[in-house]
Amino acid sequence: MQLRINQQAYEVDADADTPLLWVIRDDLGLTGTKYGCGLAQCGACSVLVDGNVVRSCVTPVAGVVGREITTIEAIEADEVGKRVVAAWVERQVAQCGYCQSGQVMAATALLKHTPAPSKAQIDAAMVNLCRCGTYNAIHAAMDDLAAGKETV
Amino acid sequence: MSTVLPDVTLDAPVNLSRRRFLASTAVGALVIGFGLPLGASRVQAATGAGAERGTQVPAFLGIRADGSVRLLSPFMEGGQGTHTAMAQIIGEELDADPTTFTVEAAPPGEAYVVMENGMRITGGSMSVRMSYPTMRRLGALARAMLLQAAAEQLNVPVAQLTTQPGRVLHAASGRSLGYGELAGRALDMPVPDPAGITLRDPSQFRWIGKPVKRLDAYDKSTGKAQYSIDLKVDGMLHAAVQHAPRLGMSVGSLRNQAQVEAMKGVHSVHTLPGAVAVVAERWWHAKRAVEAIQVDWREAAADSSVRVMPADFSSDKYRDFLATQQGPARDEENTGDVAATLASAKTRVDATYHNQYLNHAQLEPPSALARYNPDGTLEVWLPNQAPDMFRADIAKRTGLAIEQITLHSPLLGGFFGRHFLYESANPYPQAIALTKAVGRPIKLIWSREEEFLRDVLRPVAVVKFRAALDDQGLPLAIEAVSATEGPTEAIAGKQGDKLDPTALEGLSGKSYSIPNTRIAQIYVKGPAMLGYWRSVGNSLNDFFYEAFLDELADKGGHDPYELRLHLLRDNARLTTLLQAVGELSGGWKRGPFTAEDGSRRARGVAMASPFGSHAAVVAEVSIEHGQVKVHDIWQAIDPGSIVNPAIIEAQVNGAVALGLSQTLLEEAVYVDGMPRARNYDLYPILPPSRMARVHVKIVESGEKMGGIGEPPLPAVAPAVANAVARLTGQRIRSLPLSRYTFS
Repeated sequence: MQLRINQQAYEVDADADTPLLWVIRDDLGLTGTKYGCGLAQCGACSVLVDGNVVRSCVTPVAGVVGREITTIEAIEADEVGKRVVAAWVERQVAQCGYCQSGQVMAATALLKHTPAPSKAQIDAAMVNLCRCGTYNAIHAAMDDLAAGKETV
Repeated sequence: MSTVLPDVTLDAPVNLSRRRFLASTAVGALVIGFGLPLGASRVQAATGAGAERGTQVPAFLGIRADGSVRLLSPFMEGGQGTHTAMAQIIGEELDADPTTFTVEAAPPGEAYVVMENGMRITGGSMSVRMSYPTMRRLGALARAMLLQAAAEQLNVPVAQLTTQPGRVLHAASGRSLGYGELAGRALDMPVPDPAGITLRDPSQFRWIGKPVKRLDAYDKSTGKAQYSIDLKVDGMLHAAVQHAPRLGMSVGSLRNQAQVEAMKGVHSVHTLPGAVAVVAERWWHAKRAVEAIQVDWREAAADSSVRVMPADFSSDKYRDFLATQQGPARDEENTGDVAATLASAKTRVDATYHNQYLNHAQLEPPSALARYNPDGTLEVWLPNQAPDMFRADIAKRTGLAIEQITLHSPLLGGFFGRHFLYESANPYPQAIALTKAVGRPIKLIWSREEEFLRDVLRPVAVVKFRAALDDQGLPLAIEAVSATEGPTEAIAGKQGDKLDPTALEGLSGKSYSIPNTRIAQIYVKGPAMLGYWRSVGNSLNDFFYEAFLDELADKGGHDPYELRLHLLRDNARLTTLLQAVGELSGGWKRGPFTAEDGSRRARGVAMASPFGSHAAVVAEVSIEHGQVKVHDIWQAIDPGSIVNPAIIEAQVNGAVALGLSQTLLEEAVYVDGMPRARNYDLYPILPPSRMARVHVKIVESGEKMGGIGEPPLPAVAPAVANAVARLTGQRIRSLPLSRYTFS
């Protein structure tokens, strides 16, 4: 089957029910997207499919054929994604960093749909788990982004 | 051999000792800067036989042509910021901007044993505090070598030279040379005598003590950071395992091996000690296949080499069992006459406390990548907090000499104590067995479910307190007897001659002035595998003690904040700290009171003194939909002196999150010998919606430097519990609070 990932076409030989996560990581070698739980519980595997955030660990690859998939590797090619990364660096969000690819993807998806989200909208969208407890730093970065603060 | 590790494509650094070491190394880009072996003469000649720790500059530092610095750190980076801190400390004395540093974990080896206690581990909140003077001196030694090289190159006396960040200057002639231009010559310099090195006056620090940005922030925000689980080498196969449902069991027979072997992508099926494994071209295929294996598990043999988990083990029943233990107890502290004081006391307070098992639940599942090279040497990439211990263990298991084992320590996707050497809880023995069996490199990943089955647990304890109050309602005697097994004695499998300090820390070591004190342990060897969990014994014991102290305050008619001030009246450092958190929270106010949003709230206070630092916490809570809502945590922390205030603030936030998690909702429950939870669905960790606002005040007392990664955690639980008790009138004598009903 053919997948479109980060504006490129890839021919992939995988079973229809293989989770998108493992196609991305093992077949294509794009390891920025992380495996955390395999159950859509933690969000470390978040990617964008047609601009919406999905948890790739429970997304069968056959379901995303013909859709535009964006992974963390291409995040800075997106204007919104680039702002998110800059805010993440400015606010020094990451600790161990393992969940942060997913956090950045979730933030980018929210801001692409809702450029100036309310606190309630941020709370509803930013639900990925972080064991290091970077939640307050994430909120600081999101508040900057929601306020249109430029950190690039 | 060709190694395809994408994170080693940097410009080849010009290592200070490159010429000497290239000859003995196999893979160019990977090993440049790995300044081993240490037999190499010049370094030793310069520093004397058995060189003083942390003086072998070439083992640590490389400088590229552009002047950027490559540092091999003795400590692992797992989020705590130690790589950035090392760059700050060394950069300060080397006179090189820490932001020009690239930092990676150093391999095992004597050269990197830099801690003042003679160890090299990343744990116990020890990295910075135990190596600070040594790492400063290392930077200064490297600077001296660059100065000497410049003196030769410019043909001027070294005394006429100075440095500015990244450059050596000769003011008299107006000439200067970048460090990158000098690195090649500097490698021929002997390492100077450490005794002749002068360190920078702290008043002149540019980077130490400043909120220098983390070196890994960008890579970790863009998916570029690589963890063990991400690595790949040529010819590699993937592996997944299915563990025995209970530790100690072994594989009897595989009922459907042929069918599994015929599944798509499967390379081979293997039987391992206490597990079955599938090797495949893709991890997804390996996982699906291994989970399809129908295994007849055999009960543990009487002579099992691992701790056996019984079929009837229940964590709730085990707690009841601990509560019935009568002794004998061994004393850790015994001052005054506790028994007589209790016997004659007019006012007694007795209470029994307990806590819960916890998992580490770090987001990166454990993995190990293993490869035998054609010359018989073994390379292993794995998450670890103690590379020398892991390498020694691999040598023991494989029969190889340690020189034949190359151990790589990638970034850790969280650790919190998870990546120490725990028998049966690390994937590398399986990965090594599999690579040997199939003759190709193997990357083994434990699925989240397999990780929850084999993770070691934070210990549990049942603590019986007895206390006596005097006529003024002040504590006259306190006794705490804990029925527990500490993590260190659990790993050893037996009680030592001395008490395991990690069993009682947080009950012991308190600074309150109470004339009669007894802290004792009843050692109870349990069936669960135990390990270190962020802040270790303090994570439970400070909860017990500080919550019980509030009971004493209430019984004696004293405000708990005022009582603590009174009990610390002769301790200026802790008095200052407690007052600091009071001020930070806008002045101590216990409540209950009505907040602006109409909710009823109360505050609690607690203190802890773990890992050489001291912390004081105030928590504000309300009850929302029957659950405890923690609105704010104010924390004052005194680590003596500091390296990076921004990282400290981040660590306090992280420790508060983990502290809230264990307080509010986390517990590992065992039923019928098995964990009820095998993933985050049934083992909830703190979600963003339950995080509190965190306010941090760093108090630099100037005392001996303490730790930072763990100290901000232990006082969180009791501060919250004390606030909840105040608000609801319900005593909190156990965790987590999700087991309580609040209205």
